[in-house]
Amino acid sequence: MSNATATVAPPVVRAAGWSKTFSGRKVLTAVDLDIRPGEVHGLVGQNGSGKSTFIKILSGYHAPDRGARLAVNGSEIDLPLRPGAADRLGLSFVHQDLGLIDTGTVLENMRLGLYETRPGWRIAWGEERRRARAALERFGVDVDPDAKVEDLRDVDRAIVAIARALDRLEGLDGGALILDEPTAFLPRDGIETLFAAVRDVAAAGFGVLFVTHRLDEIAALADRVSVLRDGALVATLDTSTTSEDRLIETILGFSLDELYPTPHRAEDAVAMSVRDLAGRQVDGLGFDVHRGEILGLTGLQGMGYEEVPYLLFGATPAAAGAVAVGERTASAPSLSPPRALELGLALLPANRQRLGVIGPASVRENVTIPTLGGFFHGGLLDRNRERAAVERMLADFDVRPPEPARPIATLSGGNQQKALLGKWFATDPAVLMLHEPTQGVDVGARRQIFEQIRDAADRGTAFLMASTEYDDLAHLCDRVLVFRDGRVVAELHGAELTQERIVERCFRGARVGEPHTPDGEDA
Amino acid sequence: MEARGFGTSLSEFASRFGLLFAFAAIVVVFGALRPETFLTTTNFQTILGSQSVLVIVTLGLIVALTAGEIDLSIAGVLTLCVVLVAKLNVVAGLPIGIAIGAALAAGLLVGATNAFFVVAIGIESIVVTLGMGTFLVGLSFAIEESQLGGISETLVNATREQLLGVQLGFYYGLLLTVIVWYVFAYTPLGRYLYFVGAGRDVARLSGIRVQAIRAGALIASSGFAAVGGVVLAGLLGATDPNVGQSFLLPAFAAAFLGATAITPGRFNPWGTFIAVYFLVTGITGLQLLGLSGWVEQVFYGVSLILAVTLSRLAGRRRGDLQTQLGRLSQ
Repeated sequence: MSNATATVAPPVVRAAGWSKTFSGRKVLTAVDLDIRPGEVHGLVGQNGSGKSTFIKILSGYHAPDRGARLAVNGSEIDLPLRPGAADRLGLSFVHQDLGLIDTGTVLENMRLGLYETRPGWRIAWGEERRRARAALERFGVDVDPDAKVEDLRDVDRAIVAIARALDRLEGLDGGALILDEPTAFLPRDGIETLFAAVRDVAAAGFGVLFVTHRLDEIAALADRVSVLRDGALVATLDTSTTSEDRLIETILGFSLDELYPTPHRAEDAVAMSVRDLAGRQVDGLGFDVHRGEILGLTGLQGMGYEEVPYLLFGATPAAAGAVAVGERTASAPSLSPPRALELGLALLPANRQRLGVIGPASVRENVTIPTLGGFFHGGLLDRNRERAAVERMLADFDVRPPEPARPIATLSGGNQQKALLGKWFATDPAVLMLHEPTQGVDVGARRQIFEQIRDAADRGTAFLMASTEYDDLAHLCDRVLVFRDGRVVAELHGAELTQERIVERCFRGARVGEPHTPDGEDA
Repeated sequence: MEARGFGTSLSEFASRFGLLFAFAAIVVVFGALRPETFLTTTNFQTILGSQSVLVIVTLGLIVALTAGEIDLSIAGVLTLCVVLVAKLNVVAGLPIGIAIGAALAAGLLVGATNAFFVVAIGIESIVVTLGMGTFLVGLSFAIEESQLGGISETLVNATREQLLGVQLGFYYGLLLTVIVWYVFAYTPLGRYLYFVGAGRDVARLSGIRVQAIRAGALIASSGFAAVGGVVLAGLLGATDPNVGQSFLLPAFAAAFLGATAITPGRFNPWGTFIAVYFLVTGITGLQLLGLSGWVEQVFYGVSLILAVTLSRLAGRRRGDLQTQLGRLSQ
């Protein structure tokens, strides 16, 4: 495939015809993508558009479907990549979690697995330290090689990860640095240092593939940007000539032209009000949720919306804030799950396997645990009454099979979720908080879960629904708060509340038509 | 505990009562091989009477294990309490009631100390209780190195008197088994203990006070060991700081073997009770066949490994103990 007419240097990475099928479902379709030496190449797309599949093929984790080809620095490479091959070819990865060992020092992390040894396999620490310091100084950061990684600022941690990745390209003619959402969990301040580091890498002649959800970062950093939608590469654009609106339209696949008028929502009694809530990501958050209201919380992953239910339930400690449910108030840092339950809150967590069910325990044991005290009379647990209550609940929520004694792990995900919904409804909460309530749930159960939520809302239960299922949110919620960097950047309701609008607000904080400056939001 | 009902299937039935069948089988085998010594009333009286301390200690252990904590200090607590009862009663001349009270208080104090390090500080229970157990045995030697005799007849009689031909100690073990069964099966506390052990985060997010339950389980386990120590002091009528350590491994063997029966996959009091007597019957039978001293340790050691293997294999199907073992081995 070498092209004799090429006059410029060949791309660092040339992917051609990459497809990937998982159990009959095509998640990547004939993707062609070039990373040129010296460029920062952005890769964007919605969740599930195929970005991570592409990266995982490039790192050798997934094998592509037949017909995929890869050339690195102009020479053809056999796919799938063998373990370790990406390293030798000069493809170096920094993943979202950075892959650092927090309790180790910067130096240990930098040179992990690459120690220079002297006779007797002695590690030459002096030499190692000098190299590490030089590598970090190249990015203009003053980090002590002997400092523990956990003590570093988030931005410096990311730079250590990038410096380490670059170190692995040392001595190679050319190579590519693949940054897979390294900024997802970074605070905005200091991010410019990181960008400068990435620009330096590109200026040195390496290719950089930069995966992100944030279009402001694309504008600030990338030379070209490739957009994936439903597994296909829909466009590769020059960022200098592409407006953000154009980019959003390319990501979505349709245009956003009309803004609907906003019908006013009838106010009810407030079920819960939250003031000045602060956690790891959210800060100064305040909102009310009304009786019978379904309030959606969303954003891109890592933007803080997903933290809110856990803070309010006392599952993760809040730094500050106050919560009022009905007449009762509590300071957010003092909340614990038992206290939150007393207030009238309940939480259905997203991670069903780890936080939701005890698989080998029976359905009955799983669903009555918060209400067990109610079955304890005269010194005995009334197991007949407990069983009868569970049978009734299983019938109400159409859990199949309706057998209380069955280990809950033997139920399908959807049926487990319906049973857990029943578990929390049994506590008669004023506010039921749901995190990704339809994750791993089949379509039929999904509808039933929505119906149960709607019905309960009609009876006055308030809901907080933290989710990235924008379509669900648009159809189910009365109102949606969109989060970005721990703050609410948009509140959507009425006719404005559409999937497209939510996506748009997730990718871009400012309203369409308003002047938008990427850095202005933090001010 | 989940009462799944009898005979939902043959395999269910077999796994619930398999240990009892095995028990019956070894009685038949040893009875056939040594009818004149094994199949005697005296032999069974001895077997029943001799294991009350192990039953009590193991019951405490399954409380801790159910809550997901390993308690290796139970043998140390047992030793300390035997020595304290004798020292205070025989040497210091205090009334036996006060000596017993002091021993029990010491046991609870040990449990509270374990709980402090494990729950409040966050150290693995296996580490804390390993250190604590060794510390307590050393402390016991420091308190009284020699083998003191002459413990109050009141305590001796209260454990050695016979009812229906069996020492009273046996009935204490039986009574505590009933109490633990009641707590496990008929109180919310039992369910909470299980949830905390099987899925700490699930329990926490369901509003269970996980830290309190874990601390309570460690205190209960030391408390049971202290009661075992008092009963042992009565049965021996004397003290010996070497006596406690021999209870540690059998307690673990019985706890894990017991978890393969009655409510398979979960630590449970009746399974524990049966397992203790199953194990000692096997050992007695082998000793009667002429296998001397070493057989006890060999038998208990092999039984522990086999018991855990069996519950692991049962757990493959059921997934239950696997969760708990997974948690314990973290």
